[in-house]
Amino acid sequence: MITLADQLLVLVLLINFILLGTSRLFFSIRAVAVQGVLLGILPGLIHPFSWHLVGITIVIIAVKGFVIPQLLGRAVRSAEIKREAEPFVGYVATLLLGALFTAFSFGFAGRLPMLPEHQNYMFVPASIATLMAGFLILTTRRKVISQVIGYLVLDNGIFIFGLLLAEAMPIMVEAGALLDLLVGTFVMGIVINQINREFSSLDTSLLTSLKEE
Amino acid sequence: MYAALIIIPLIGAAVTWLIPYDRLRPKILSLFTLAHLGMTINMISFTPPESPDGWFHFDALGKIVLLSTSILFLTCAVYSIGYLYYRRERSNRVMCVGLLVCLSAASLVTITHHLGLMWVALETTTISMAPLIYFNRNARSIEATWKYLLICSVGVALALLGLYFLGYATIVARVEPSLLLDDLVRDAGKLSSGWVHAAFVFLLVGFGTKMGLAPLHTWKPDAYGEAPGLVGALLSGGLVNLAFLALLRVYQLCLATKEIIFFQNALIYMGLFSMIVAAIFMARQADFKRMLAYSSVEHVGIMAVALGLGGKAIFGVLFHIFANGLTKGVLFLSAGNIHRSYNSKSTDHVRGALKRLPWSGGLFLAGFIAITGSPPFAPFISEFTIISSAFIQGRLLIGAIFLISLSVIFIGMALTVLPMVMGGVPSDSETTSYRDTVWTVGPPLFLLLLVFLLGVWIPAPLMTLLRDASTLLEVHQ
Repeated sequence: MITLADQLLVLVLLINFILLGTSRLFFSIRAVAVQGVLLGILPGLIHPFSWHLVGITIVIIAVKGFVIPQLLGRAVRSAEIKREAEPFVGYVATLLLGALFTAFSFGFAGRLPMLPEHQNYMFVPASIATLMAGFLILTTRRKVISQVIGYLVLDNGIFIFGLLLAEAMPIMVEAGALLDLLVGTFVMGIVINQINREFSSLDTSLLTSLKEE
Repeated sequence: MYAALIIIPLIGAAVTWLIPYDRLRPKILSLFTLAHLGMTINMISFTPPESPDGWFHFDALGKIVLLSTSILFLTCAVYSIGYLYYRRERSNRVMCVGLLVCLSAASLVTITHHLGLMWVALETTTISMAPLIYFNRNARSIEATWKYLLICSVGVALALLGLYFLGYATIVARVEPSLLLDDLVRDAGKLSSGWVHAAFVFLLVGFGTKMGLAPLHTWKPDAYGEAPGLVGALLSGGLVNLAFLALLRVYQLCLATKEIIFFQNALIYMGLFSMIVAAIFMARQADFKRMLAYSSVEHVGIMAVALGLGGKAIFGVLFHIFANGLTKGVLFLSAGNIHRSYNSKSTDHVRGALKRLPWSGGLFLAGFIAITGSPPFAPFISEFTIISSAFIQGRLLIGAIFLISLSVIFIGMALTVLPMVMGGVPSDSETTSYRDTVWTVGPPLFLLLLVFLLGVWIPAPLMTLLRDASTLLEVHQ
């Protein structure tokens, strides 16, 4: 089961690179959805079976794999944009940076003390690498949708780490965090629609009227 | 008992959501916030015992923050009766519901000792305030809302990773896996320093973003500048204190580990940097609401420095939670009135506010005198305690930078505020339907009286509360 979990984590990392390299927004949303589904499967692979677990798996897959992508997809459709035209930093550069950060996270994770049974897992490096990929997307892209995608990827990275401490995190808190993510994305979706109505565009470079003179 | 604090505002939110009358909603909002304040005072006097699983524990720190937050919410709710009367053209449903949901989440932050639950509640306060910043429905407010929502959400998400690190440290150390503050403090000595160190960095960055410590403050001038006055008051006087409480919890944990020196130094650096940034941007600020935002950056800086200093400054910073929160209420509410009357928040247009609005102009001026730390108002006592503590500890450089920043800020703020309130009203000034009424002047006046009262006399029960809270934050060997 451990090897399967690690293989899924490799897929998660690959999706990070796909997201870093693509300009098509619908494709990005779908990729994040797949990443969410993969994350939903992971708890089932590392924890013993219980009905609790089945419930969590279903909720995570539903929220991260379907509801949130649906919300974003609707926002993109109503805005009638298809591509992230010109990011602040080019795709090749972000891909290279992404590779660099991924290598760095493997190095960083190696220095932290781990439980022996987690020693061979990829959870910690995958978590940090995903977090950093999210941060990269968040900071280098111009469209608000891309920024939300970056936020979701960042959140996925944190979620991967959370898998290691199922015993410390009570189910209520886990559910609360997921609910916050869902409501947060919902509000972001509304704000995206308003931005589109106000500016007829989803370009964050238009959001610069507030600054110091 | 504990549930009542959370449920009362939630029932209020449901009621305000359901009733279809815009005129009635602010009154219901006031009623429920009044009930919440009553419940808060009742629970402070007769504190229920800690819940058996250790999740809920209403300690002195939580009491201080909840009391100041609840007072501010009630005042803003009463103010909203007058304010929303001038904004009859739009529905106030989202505003009233958002305020009550935020109050409910704020209560949860203060009564829980489970750091994970506290995180969830804190993120809920962030999200529930976002639609309120967008109340004015224009291009500028949507930009402010977007920056606020994205930056704060990312910041608070990083804090969650910090909490996960702490949780994993308990697993690695083979102690009971937990995110309960009391368990963590008990086992802190056994936790592996690598994870704990990383956790504290992420927690400081995360909660620091929500608090608006420089250089993580970039969302603050935009959000405070574009939000309605009463939302600005709650953000700068309420939500800031909640984020600070989260930092206090981390601090409590730090006290039990070897990381405390690192954490204190980081707080001092960030705090002083915030004060310097505020001093630079406060001067020649053409928008008076943005100026208040930089004043908020300054005061979170003061709070961070005080926490970093420790010792006597702890008492000062706990008192500053009240002093800053309530004074910010005075400033933002009266600034909101001035904004309504002139239909502008540019200092080029707003002149002679004392002539046009004697009450609001006077309150704004008094608020300025109070927030810059002049006697006889409450911020004087807290800031004086903090500065003297820095000098008593022999940390002259910190004390000097602190004092210089305060004076520069005083001058910078005076250069903006004095021309606004003094002199005559420009003849080409726009006339609006706004007039000072009991509903719009009474609430900030009430807060100013409180700030004055606390400046000359601290009631004995509050003194006990402050002392109890400071012992929780003292270095115990």
